[in-house]
Amino acid sequence: MSSVSAVSEHGAAPVLSLAGISKSFPGVRALHDVGLELYPGQVTALVGENGAGKSTIVKILTGIYQPDAGTIRVDGQETRFPSAAAASLAGVTAIHQETVLFDELTVAENIYLGHAPRTRWGLIDWRAMREGAKTLLERIGSDLDPEVRLRDLGIASKHLVAIARALSIDARVVIMDEPTAALSHKEIHELYALIERLKAEGKAILFISHKFDEIFRIADRWTVFRDGQLVGAGLMRDVREAQLVRMMVGRQVDQIFPQREPTAGPPVLTVAGYNHPTEFADISFTLHRGEILGFYGLVGAGRSEVMQALFGLTKPSKGACRIGDRVVVIRSTAEAIQNGIVYVPEDRGRQGAVKGLPIFQNITLPSLAKTSRRGFLRLAEEFKLARAYTERLDLRATSLDQDVGLLSGGNQQKVVIAKWLATRPRVIILDEPTKGIDIGSKAAVHDFMAELAAEGLAVIMVSSEIP
Amino acid sequence: MTSPTVVQRQIPDRLNSPLSRALRSWEALLVLVVIAIFIINSFASPYFLDPWNLSDATYNFTEVGMIAFPMAMLIIAGEIDLSVASIIALSSTAMGYAMAQGAPVPVLVLIGIAVGLACGAFNAMLVTRMGLPSIVVTIGTMSLFRGISYIILGDQAYTGYPASFAYFGQGYIWWVFTFELLLFVLLAGAFHVLLHRTSFGRMVYAIGNNPTAALFSGIRVARVKAILFLLTGVMSGVAAVCLTSRLGSTRPSIALGWELQAVTMVVLGGTNILGGSGTIPGVVLAALVMGLVTFGFGLLNVPGIVMSIFIGLLLIGVIALPRLWSRLQARRS
Repeated sequence: MSSVSAVSEHGAAPVLSLAGISKSFPGVRALHDVGLELYPGQVTALVGENGAGKSTIVKILTGIYQPDAGTIRVDGQETRFPSAAAASLAGVTAIHQETVLFDELTVAENIYLGHAPRTRWGLIDWRAMREGAKTLLERIGSDLDPEVRLRDLGIASKHLVAIARALSIDARVVIMDEPTAALSHKEIHELYALIERLKAEGKAILFISHKFDEIFRIADRWTVFRDGQLVGAGLMRDVREAQLVRMMVGRQVDQIFPQREPTAGPPVLTVAGYNHPTEFADISFTLHRGEILGFYGLVGAGRSEVMQALFGLTKPSKGACRIGDRVVVIRSTAEAIQNGIVYVPEDRGRQGAVKGLPIFQNITLPSLAKTSRRGFLRLAEEFKLARAYTERLDLRATSLDQDVGLLSGGNQQKVVIAKWLATRPRVIILDEPTKGIDIGSKAAVHDFMAELAAEGLAVIMVSSEIP
Repeated sequence: MTSPTVVQRQIPDRLNSPLSRALRSWEALLVLVVIAIFIINSFASPYFLDPWNLSDATYNFTEVGMIAFPMAMLIIAGEIDLSVASIIALSSTAMGYAMAQGAPVPVLVLIGIAVGLACGAFNAMLVTRMGLPSIVVTIGTMSLFRGISYIILGDQAYTGYPASFAYFGQGYIWWVFTFELLLFVLLAGAFHVLLHRTSFGRMVYAIGNNPTAALFSGIRVARVKAILFLLTGVMSGVAAVCLTSRLGSTRPSIALGWELQAVTMVVLGGTNILGGSGTIPGVVLAALVMGLVTFGFGLLNVPGIVMSIFIGLLLIGVIALPRLWSRLQARRS
């Protein structure tokens, strides 16, 4: 463990430093005696698995949570952030995964919300606001129109607005929590350029990401949390990726991908010349039994759209699809399931689990024709089916009658997968199954996919990450 | 990584038995309310316990109850139909028109139900085919359907229905038990089975809780919703037959405001107005509560306006109570 020094190598003191911070919630110790230092003009990467306490520290920094113990210092002065407003006044601002801005307001209004320039009469000085917004946006190399409503912008532009807002309140500490999660390749590079600019302006940046390539690209310093504790901190140039991974997971992760002997059988799914008026063109591929087929592409490349066409959610304008050697036309999700194609969506909360319904009812939802007789429910059959698949996936729940909404995210995902396995599919499509999860859970997902393929299922995995 | 020797954990099916759950349910509370109102009424008026008076009192809820059953399913599925009372008006007008042309009773009944079905189909098409929000669509058709009745009837009325037509709304099957009460009980049983015992009912709950995930689970969401609108239309037609038969006449103002009574009944029965939960026994009990309160107030000569104030307060109380209760529980823990 490297020592956390009070003075950086440049002799500059940290803008913001946390020491001995602890925070507990009923039944959980989220943070225990952790420290964190942010230096002007430098990017500090915060690394840790899901549940390591990263989001808790962000909430403490932005005044949403109060620590149980420990000190916060700004420029060496001990201080407290009793509210979000206090943190903002001290110059700390956060840019989240889904940045909290207002879709119905214009870019300028979003930038100046809460501290708009006033005229002599106490009214909002719209002209000063527009011009100020324009200047701020130019400073970060953007030519966005301050008059545009936010809902007409893409996620990358929204990030720019959030950063301009940070500049407008003269923030000294900028927290970026997974800022690249929804960005395309090009947008990520624009973000890097922007971060360089912010560094040049002397801002201290806290950068949270699961992606090591980004961290090594952009960060100057690192801090690793594990299970709510500080594992270490230091300079990026003194560390290698394997070391960070070991500190983060607490053990050696030698392989994220299991060794497998591919045993591809006969073709299960053949897609020929799939076209869509706007989303994709001329997609053809063959998927074999026992095979894992990867679909790589960035956000907006049309991967999810192709999968949703296969699943009957959208209609291809041209092209044919064969299951085994039967030509099929899939017009609805119900028909896709009848043909043995199932889809584990990217947006688990909205498209996957039916929160409010118990676990067993979620699992039998696409299999009701099998568990019921002449349209009448048979609960014993439902519990039997649900039990078989939840136990196989090692679901953690108090009972099968428990509301799915009360389960943790990972267990909800297990319910969604159990739901599909219970239909005994031939093709399972996993859309970004490892998105936003840490390296340890990623290995578990990859193991599971290998297991499914070994049982003769054909697996399609959609991802924007290349190992 | 799992190895075959790993002992798999057993997850119990249920933690609470269905019986203990039933005892702590909203319906159990409604049962107590029904009993309390019954006792209060029997002390308040000496005429209350007369079997024939009680028999008359059932008319206060049987017809509205018939439309409250499919309405409950619609609301659980996250939709609503505010045009039900106007469907009754249009359906009754069509029957009156047919009667004036000399149509026999079976034809009148068929016409009444068929008009209900057609109105339901119109709502279903606008909501599921064109993707319009049902609250707006059915506010529109509420004016449209009743408007047609006003155009046809103006300030006139159809009277002179054949004597045998009166059976549906005025007939007794045995002693004090009316035909309408029997129909109400049979329909309650049928809707109970449909919502709680069939896969169709399960789909209704799934759609109400998360329509997107339901679609992604292979449920034909639009079809299920269309069926519910058709069902609501048909039941409005059935209610129109009963009501027209009981009144013996058709005016365009027939069943005015019943859509709100039906929605009140559904919500009082414990259905979440935002969809996703609710039961048919709850609706039946709410029908009894509303029927008994109306009857009790009638016996005491309480004016109608006080009556609607009471129902309004009851409704607000019903929605607020569970929230207050859970807030109290949270504070205690």
